[in-house]
Amino acid sequence: MKITKDIYVFIEQRENKILPVSFELLNEANKLVAKVKHLNYHVVAVVLGYNISDLTKEIIGHGADKVIVCDDELLEKYSTQYYCDVLSLVVNEYNPDSLLIGATVLGRDLAPRVSARVNTGLTADATMIDVCDEDSEQALLLVTRPAFGGNLYGTIVCPNTRPQMATIRPNVFEIGAFDKTKVGEVINFEVKITDLPQVVSTAITKKEIKGVNIASANFIISVGRGMAKHLDVAKEVCESLNATMACSRAIVDEGLAEKEIQVGQTGTTVRPNVYIACGISGAAQHIAGMENADYIIAINTDPNAAIFSIANMGIVGDASVVLKELKNLLAK
Amino acid sequence: MKIIVLVKQVPDTTEIQVDKKTGTLIRDGVKSIINPDDLAGLEEALCLKDKYGAHVSVLTMGPPQASSMLKECLARGCEEAILLTDMKFAGSDTWATSNALAAAIKKLDYDLIIAGRQAIDGDTAQVGPQTAERLNLPQITYVQEIVEVENDVLTVVKNWEDHLETLQVELPCLITTLATMNKPRYMNCADIWTAIEKDVKVIKFVDTDLNDSDVGLKSSPTNVKRTFTKDVSNANEILNIDAQSAAKRILADLVSKQLIVLGDNHENN
Repeated sequence: MKITKDIYVFIEQRENKILPVSFELLNEANKLVAKVKHLNYHVVAVVLGYNISDLTKEIIGHGADKVIVCDDELLEKYSTQYYCDVLSLVVNEYNPDSLLIGATVLGRDLAPRVSARVNTGLTADATMIDVCDEDSEQALLLVTRPAFGGNLYGTIVCPNTRPQMATIRPNVFEIGAFDKTKVGEVINFEVKITDLPQVVSTAITKKEIKGVNIASANFIISVGRGMAKHLDVAKEVCESLNATMACSRAIVDEGLAEKEIQVGQTGTTVRPNVYIACGISGAAQHIAGMENADYIIAINTDPNAAIFSIANMGIVGDASVVLKELKNLLAK
Repeated sequence: MKIIVLVKQVPDTTEIQVDKKTGTLIRDGVKSIINPDDLAGLEEALCLKDKYGAHVSVLTMGPPQASSMLKECLARGCEEAILLTDMKFAGSDTWATSNALAAAIKKLDYDLIIAGRQAIDGDTAQVGPQTAERLNLPQITYVQEIVEVENDVLTVVKNWEDHLETLQVELPCLITTLATMNKPRYMNCADIWTAIEKDVKVIKFVDTDLNDSDVGLKSSPTNVKRTFTKDVSNANEILNIDAQSAAKRILADLVSKQLIVLGDNHENN
């Protein structure tokens, strides 16, 4: 096996704006590197795009010791073909020990293709990551992810091939403080693309997002099946408390809300300061998307509902009645 | 047009419960279903057949009992069902699974390969792109709509987080489909009868050009070090109080968390 080194982070940019998940990964990679200090690993960022040299300061300030810049007109917009070609070349040139990629639509398109090309293992959509301390000779990543709809967690290792690749779910790790004094090395990787494009983009339409982005919301009131007939009450309370409304899968399945505000394994992962779960029983797949909230209040008629096991404060009762009372209190 | 749909038989994860004492999944009595993203892919293939005429095959890698799912696919209206099954494939991760699927596909004729975006048991979304790479085919993942096929050019709409993108690709190619894109048709009686009579074609390891180092648990680059269920500690407060007291408690909590300011709450933002 070739000698491999360092933890690499793929930096995802869209229209030359870096996605938060990339900063989350840089911060997490720094924590991992610190755990294997004796190996003297660095955090290396790889960024692909066009006219992106301005981004390097931001990347270094968020924790990269080194940035590999792949700048080419053909990389301006995402293309599976070109991004896979270039990222695979970077991997073969620099031999990273591990490579972390955000589990976005782009990341989950790109990462498997690269892992197949460079013939290494890839773990999907991880929510926890650590390094194994049993063997001090190498930095074996322990990548944990939910499976079976969030009912079971598995820790996956990739012991014999490199890089150890993983896609990491956005919004589960924190972004570190920006250090504008941090110095890092910038490497311009020469990109030579000669192949014709296989896939051509002919139109882009922005999605009409109804409501706000729940992923970045600070205060969420979330409704489940028990609130299906009282969504108007929840909406009013959200408005007067300046809270963001979200929901469980049951509400989306019944066609009462858009997928964009669904919390959970198949929806969005949220980490607000306060999460009020109203009439949500707490299926594993829902809990997987909100357990990182700082403070969880659950209201449910069933005292045995699973949601109570992770709630900081649980109220046994009809959520719609409690919310109506809350509305009355606020009106005073 | 020849279409191959990759399908997987999965446990219905919405019905799975965890045994809190042992920390294991209770799989008894949980029914097996066609993975929803794959079923949507099959429906799209059948729509293409209705519109342009096509030969639709379904292919799965799995244990022999997966043939019941393949029979269901035949009853839904596809022409051919292929089961890739061998003890040598057991324990394959996504890298090894895509090696096996690609090896089987190489022996078949195709213009379009459709795979579900991801399976609800593993949720990896990796096998589609990895299979495309093995076959050296262009890929489009997260397809929300198939618009048309004209002069061997496929037009689809890809579903990004915040936008939809129309993409064109020349056949052959591989796309991955989303369960939300359609409502699968019901099986009709005639097709169910034909399905009973049709055989599921079986492909074994020896029928492919695979080597031992391509598939199975030992050849898989990733392996599962441990599995666990979330440790849910009950160190919290469960209150059995009337609605008004509950509302007051919540309000007090929100004030202490500085999410709201009481008193002049409506002016103060």
